[in-house]
Formats: sequence, C-alpha cells, structure tokens
Amino acid sequence: MLPRLFSFKGGVKPQTHKTPSVQEPIGLAPLPARLYVPLHQSIGGVPNPRVEVGERVLKGQVIGGADGWLSAAAHASTSGTVIAIEDHLAAHPSGLPTLTVVIEADGSDEWIARTAVDHRSLPPERVREMLRDAGVVGLGGAVFPSHAKLAAAAGVPVEELVINGAECEPYMSCDDVLMRERSDEIVRGIAIFRDLLDARRVLIGIEDNKPAAVAAMQAAVQAQGEDYQVVAVPTRYPAGGAKQLIRVLTGKEVPASKRSTELGVQCFNVGTVHSAYRALAFGEPVISRIVTLTGNLERPRNWEVRLGTPLHELLALGKPKDDTDRYLMGGPMMGFALPGLDAPVVKATNCVIAASPAMFPPSPPEMPCIRCGACAEACPHELQPFELYWFARARNFGKTQEYHIFDCIECGCCSYVCPSHIPLVQYFRFAKSEIWSRERDKKAAEAAKARFELRNAREEREQAEKAARLAKAAAARAAEKKSRPSAAEPAPVEALAAAASPALAADSVDAALVTPPAKSADQPSSAQPALDAEAVKKATIVAAMERARSQRAAAPPRNTEQLSPEQKRQLAAVDARRAALQAEEVAPVAASGASGETAKSGEQQGTAE
Amino acid sequence: MSDFTTPPYLLQERSSVRRVMMQVLLALLPGVAAYVWLIGPIIVVQLAIATLAALAGEALMLRLRQKPLGLFLSDGSAILTAWLIALSFPPLAPWWLIAVGTLFAIVVAKHLYGGLGQNPFNPAMVAFAACIVSFPALMSQWPALGLEASFLEQLRIVAGIAPRIDVMSGATPLDALKTALKLGNGTVDVPTLLATQEVFGHFAGRGWEWVAGGYLLGGLWMWQRRLISWHAPLGFIAGLSVLAAALWALDPQQFADPLFHLFSGGSLLGAFFIVTDPVSGCTTPKGKLIFGLLAGLLAYIIRVFGGFPDGIAFAVLLMNLCVPLIDMYSQPPIFGLKNEK
Ligand code: SF4
Ligand code: SF4
Repeated sequence: MLPRLFSFKGGVKPQTHKTPSVQEPIGLAPLPARLYVPLHQSIGGVPNPRVEVGERVLKGQVIGGADGWLSAAAHASTSGTVIAIEDHLAAHPSGLPTLTVVIEADGSDEWIARTAVDHRSLPPERVREMLRDAGVVGLGGAVFPSHAKLAAAAGVPVEELVINGAECEPYMSCDDVLMRERSDEIVRGIAIFRDLLDARRVLIGIEDNKPAAVAAMQAAVQAQGEDYQVVAVPTRYPAGGAKQLIRVLTGKEVPASKRSTELGVQCFNVGTVHSAYRALAFGEPVISRIVTLTGNLERPRNWEVRLGTPLHELLALGKPKDDTDRYLMGGPMMGFALPGLDAPVVKATNCVIAASPAMFPPSPPEMPCIRCGACAEACPHELQPFELYWFARARNFGKTQEYHIFDCIECGCCSYVCPSHIPLVQYFRFAKSEIWSRERDKKAAEAAKARFELRNAREEREQAEKAARLAKAAAARAAEKKSRPSAAEPAPVEALAAAASPALAADSVDAALVTPPAKSADQPSSAQPALDAEAVKKATIVAAMERARSQRAAAPPRNTEQLSPEQKRQLAAVDARRAALQAEEVAPVAASGASGETAKSGEQQGTAE
Repeated sequence: MSDFTTPPYLLQERSSVRRVMMQVLLALLPGVAAYVWLIGPIIVVQLAIATLAALAGEALMLRLRQKPLGLFLSDGSAILTAWLIALSFPPLAPWWLIAVGTLFAIVVAKHLYGGLGQNPFNPAMVAFAACIVSFPALMSQWPALGLEASFLEQLRIVAGIAPRIDVMSGATPLDALKTALKLGNGTVDVPTLLATQEVFGHFAGRGWEWVAGGYLLGGLWMWQRRLISWHAPLGFIAGLSVLAAALWALDPQQFADPLFHLFSGGSLLGAFFIVTDPVSGCTTPKGKLIFGLLAGLLAYIIRVFGGFPDGIAFAVLLMNLCVPLIDMYSQPPIFGLKNEK
C-alpha cells in the first residue's frame, strides 16, 4: 500500500548525470600515508583537542571531544602518530585553514576497543550522548549533529520519521550505492532513530530514478519485518531537500521559523542512519564516509574514504582528465568550488566533481530582469526571487525580510531557470549576510547601551548613598549642636540635609537593591528605589545576554578589526553559505532560547538533513 | 556580482531573453499571416519599417547609455515592440507614423525609463496612445474592405505619394458598428447591421475574425509552451466578455455580443501579447488575473462608450499604473506559511 504523495511547488529537472558513478560497487579507498583530520567537522561547538603531538593514536580514538551539547566528537581514522596539530586548509568555500590533527599512519590500522551496544537497553539520554561522542552528524552534507535532532518538541509527538534517500542533486550517487549495498544496516539503524523519537510511522523517500535502491530498501524492510514504507518519489530537484521531502511524504510544510519536530516530523539522511547503526551496533565511530567521485574522470566511482584523506589522493583514484579546470565539493547546485586539493575529505564531503569547461560551459552574459516570473514558478519555497533580487540590489534589506529572504534555502532553482542569467542566489547570500551583520551590530550596541545605563544607575545610586550618608551625619551633628544652646550656623547644614532628602534612601538603598521598595512612606520620592529595581532588571538582562552570547557556539566577533585566527575561523563559518544559516540556529538549541531568537530549524537546511 | 564559476550556476536551463522574445515573435506569425491574407503584403513592409525604426532607436539609446550594443540589440525585445506597433496601427498608416511611433516607444517609453525590464508602461501601447492623441485622423483611417488596391498602390499610400482619400474611407468593424449606431440614433439595431453591412463577417469583422483567430492560436501555443500563464489572458477575456455579455443581455439591439467584441479590434492581440507583457504587467498569479480582468473591463468601456475606436491601449496603460499596488497586495503565501495570518 502506497501512502498518498503530496507535491511541492516549483523545482527543476536538470540532467542527473548519475549513471557513470554507479557502474562499480563502492570501492575502499587506500589508506593514505598521512591523514589530516579537522577537529571541526560539524555544525556547533569546535571539539577540543584530546591528543598531543607525538602521541600514538588508535583507529577510532577520540582526538577531539565534543564541545558542549551541540557539537560532535572527531576521531582518528587510522592508527598512527600525531605529528602535528595545526591550521590546515579546509574543504570550505572560504579557503580558510582550520585546526587539524595530522596523523602519520603506521599501517597496522589498529582499532580501539570497540563495544557494541543495544540502544534499547540504554536510556535515551545515554544513546544520544553516545551518538555525539561517536561523531554522528548529518552526512547528507549539512553535518548537523544528529543527537540534537533526536528529541521531540515539547507536547508534539513525532508522527513521522522521514528517511531521506532522495538524493536529488545531480552527479551525486553516494546514497544510492549505500542503499543498494548496505540496505540491511540502514534499515536496522532506522530503529535507533524511531525509538529515540518514538515516531509512529517511518517513511523512506527515494527518488524514482533509483529503482535499484528502492528495491534493495524494500527487500531489507521486508526481511526484517518492519512496517516502514519505502516510497519512490518523483524525481525533481530539490526533492531531497529535507523540507521538500517532508512535504512530499507527509504533506507538512516546515517554514523557516519552525523546527520540523514542532510539526511532529523529523528527517535523517540514509548515510547518517547507517553511521549511527555502525556506531552503536559495532562501536565504530564515524571515521569514514562514502564519497562520490565523478565528473571529468577516467574512472568515476563511489569510494569509502577515511576522513582526513587529502583530496588529491582521493582524486588520483579517479584519474582526472586533462581539461579539468576545477573541482567541486557537493553537487553542481548546492556545492562549492574547492579552494585547493590539499584539503581533506570531511564528514560533509558527499561528492567531489572534477569539472571542465565543456561540462559546465560559461553562462551567457547577465541581462536585466524582465520580470518574467520564471524564478517564482521554480522556487520550491514559493518565494518571489525577482522581488528579493530588486530589494537586495537596492540594499533594501528590510523589504527582503518582508519577502521572506530567510525562507530561501539557496537551492538555485531560480537562477537555473532565469532567462536573464542573473546570479540570484548570490544576491540572496549577500542580503542575508548583511542582515546578520547588522543584527550583530545592533545587538552589540544594545548590550553596550544596557551596560552604559547600568553604570549610570550605579553611579547615581552611589552618589545618592553618599549624599544620604552625609546628610545623616550632618543631621546627627546638627542635632548635637541643637542640643547645645549656642547653635552656630545651622542653615547650611539643614540645606544640605534638604538637598539630600529628595534622593534620600539612606537605609533603604541596600534593601531596594534586592527587593522592590517597600517603605515609600518615609520617602519624599520613590524614584531612586525604582531606578535601582530597574538596574537590577537590567543587570539580569545583561547577564543573560552575556550568557547567551558565550553559549552561542559560532558567535561572531564583535570587533572585526583585530581578529585572532580562531575568530576568523568562526567568522568564516558564519559567513559561509549554509553553514552560516545553520550556525545561527545554534543559539536557540544551545542556549535554550535564552536569547529569545526565533528557532529556525537549521538542521533542515540544505539538500541534506 | 556575476560569478558563474561556482554552484548553483553551473547548470542552467537553455533559456534566454532572446529565446523568449523569439518565441513570442513566432507566436505572432499565424495572426500576421492572416493579416497579410486580409490586407496584403504591405503588412510585411510595415513590420519591416517598424523593426528598422526600433533597432535604430535601440542602437542610438544603447550608445548614449553606454550599454553593450550587440547583446541588447539581439535580445529581440525591441523587435517585439516594433511588431506590436505595426500590428496595432492602421495597416496603411504612412511609414513615418509607424516610424515615429516606434521611435517614441523605444526612446521614451523604454529607454528613458531605464531600458529593458524597467519600463512601467507597455512601450507599444504608449506609442499607440501618443499617436492616436497626436494624429487622430491618420490613426483611424482603415482601408475600406472590398476596395481592391494593388500592392503598388498600397505602397504608394504608405510612402505618402498617393492620395489617401478613396481607399481610406473604411473603418474597423468596431468603429463601423459604433458609427452606424450613433448615426442611426436608435433606428438601427445591431443584429440587422451585422447581417447587412458588408464589413461584418460571421460573427465579427469580415476577415478580421481570421486575424484574431491567428492571435488566439499563437497565444494558446505560448500558453502550452509555458511562455505565458493563463491568468492575464483569461482575466482579460473574462473582463471584456462579462461586461459585453451583461450589456448584450440587457439590450441586444444596441450592444454587440461578447464574441463580436472578442474577435474585433485588438482584443485577442491584447489578451495574449499585450496584457501578458511581463515587464509592465503584474507578476503574481493573482495579480495577473486582476490586471487582465480590469484591463478587459476598461477596454470594453473605452471602446464602447469612449471616443476612440478601440480602448485596449488606454486600458493597458491605466492598469500599468496600478501594477505596483496590485503586486503588493497579491503576494502569494509562501511555503510553510499558508495557514498563517
Ligand atoms: S527569472 Fe530572471 S528575469 Fe525572470 S523574473 Fe526572475 S529574475 Fe527576473
Ligand atoms: S534559491 Fe531561494 S529563492 Fe531561489 S529557488 Fe531556491 S529557495 Fe527559492
């Protein structure tokens, strides 16, 4: 019985080019002499190094411990010696280096002690922790830590668990081959996610251009007697976008302002499910992944590659043809051009494409927008891209937000169809990053203002206290003098006391700091205690803001003039596409809403999970 | 800002402004063919004159604005404007009128507003309106049907070296009906007029029916190729025919039926080629529908009650003014936010 399918609006049908890379089964990429394992391979906190230079590590040993809840551990992908912990080129559009553990392989490929566990015998909390420490993240490309997505939203039971095997991105076939060859393990892994989320139904969505994968998954589901539904969904980019797949399978639409669990649905990529299964059932952390190596090569194929393998070593396996002029990571729609081949394979590396001018001929020159509306028709999020374009161009960022720029998933459908060949997505990224940086500046300014006001209040209060003390002393002296017959110059003293009295809070100042003013009767004015109460409130707010800021994993630096390398990295993480979007999402999850930001479901971004 | 060396710009559909425009020109051909059959090859001459004028105006303005000449001259948008002008002006209008109209459209209505994609008004309709206001007599002289004029004669008329008097006494069927009704002052009625006067054919103007049919054919083809959506044309046709039907039902003696109106004047040319202009029209589906509907209503009102032979140009220009407003209030709900608000 097939479930009713829904459809999402828009989308495009580019040529898929998937066949060349699925001719051979998954190959095991050879062990390189040196592995460059970046510590930060997921959204969220940067793992802290757990090893030292010169230390011998085993395959699967934690080399970077998860930093906070929203983070995932990093592991040595073979046994050997740590020869350096240094900045190394990362597989990231920014081309900035990131802290990387360099391991010289000893060739013995010796595992750590592995313990298999049954997730049913453990409390869910413990299972999530184990997944985090095994470095399980979204392998569709979004690399959002999976354990952080494994909790239902308060009060909303999870109706559907969607397993994403759609793989809509052209050229990419790593999920396809994984489903064909390891369907059994994937289906076993689904149980972990289903049980943790207590999901009622499981829907496995696969684009109908992968009949072999559909058949393999169906067979595995049947063999294991599960009631999961394997659904072939119509092939249309971006059907593999989490939001689109959720829409197609369940009819639910997850807006940018919500997390999918708030609508009772959650989505994971098949590769992620597979890695979670290996992590629990075999005690093997995520140290390798399937990478599609395709494009302008003699030998396109899918490889199981150890994380940290330099890309040039991987590419050598495919033998790039002579006219290859650049390399892409990810697909031609959502990927990016690699800054260099020294960068290593990471958890986000789902596909590496050797590109040639013949494969991707240069686009015709840009023309003005003719308002034809083709982009709006193609937009899966039903936005009006040309309106966004006009406003972004005019730097009218308020308007871009009114027209929902943050609902744009940067899928590129709009620029795919634009007859004027306008690089629309570039304008949207520009607008988004401008809005973020303005937002940051605004927050910084607000915090500064709050600090300033707090200081003013404190100074005023201190002055008042001082005045009150003086007045008290003066009054005492005056009383003393009055008690004597020869009362000289009483006027100035009384004047002083009078001057101090409006702000008089002498004995109530300290109390007011803690509790609201209670004894207004003997005070000419209650302005001062009120101010104090306000100051307390402000102090609380400021403290909360500070806390939120420090908790925000990818918080950008406030002073952009003098950046430490660390800050630069963070900034790069924020500014880069997708990663940026998701890094912003960290706040609501990590700081549990302390900053009061809307919780955009970052884990939903991208074609991945 | 143009950087096409990275995703997501590596793959692109094979479409371009030029392709879009060429397809629209192609869609005009059935109507043009019928027109040539009706009037004669002089139509082709007029199309050529307009095209030349448009390209000259375009080149001049591009040079002045320091824009790449080759890129924009070949985008086809100027030619489309030129053709719409040549097809909506009287077929035997003097060559300079067509040329001046086209130049006005390109230089003023298009480039002075910022060029391709920026003009708030449909350039062809601006030209039509400007010319009918400036040269009302020339703009309402249509060749009398049945009065055979050889191609050479037509050419001489267009060139301005033959007297225009005799052959030009005709009117469009729309005008003929209006004038007859006015002159008859209640003594004539539409059905007899349609049945007796030679200018009328089966259900609209003789021969003109076929021209309109040609535009309909081209329009349907564009819709089938998804070059245009159905919203604006259907809205226009609905607006025009609903009002026509209502008045016709009230008083069939004084008002022609909707079919007559649809196949007369520039109705179908307007429905498929003018209210669908993306640049000066609405962009949201609902907006397009409203735009078409109101333009249709206005066109009927102006053509039947106004002083001009046809009302499409003014209707469209008036609606062009409302586009920003309509667009703003017809934004469709986006993914995930449909049940809110
Ligand atoms: S597809 Fe391109 S030309 Fe058409 S409306 Fe969108 S941005 Fe403008
Ligand atoms: S990139 Fe953004 S605006 Fe363009 S089609 Fe995708 S979601 Fe819509």
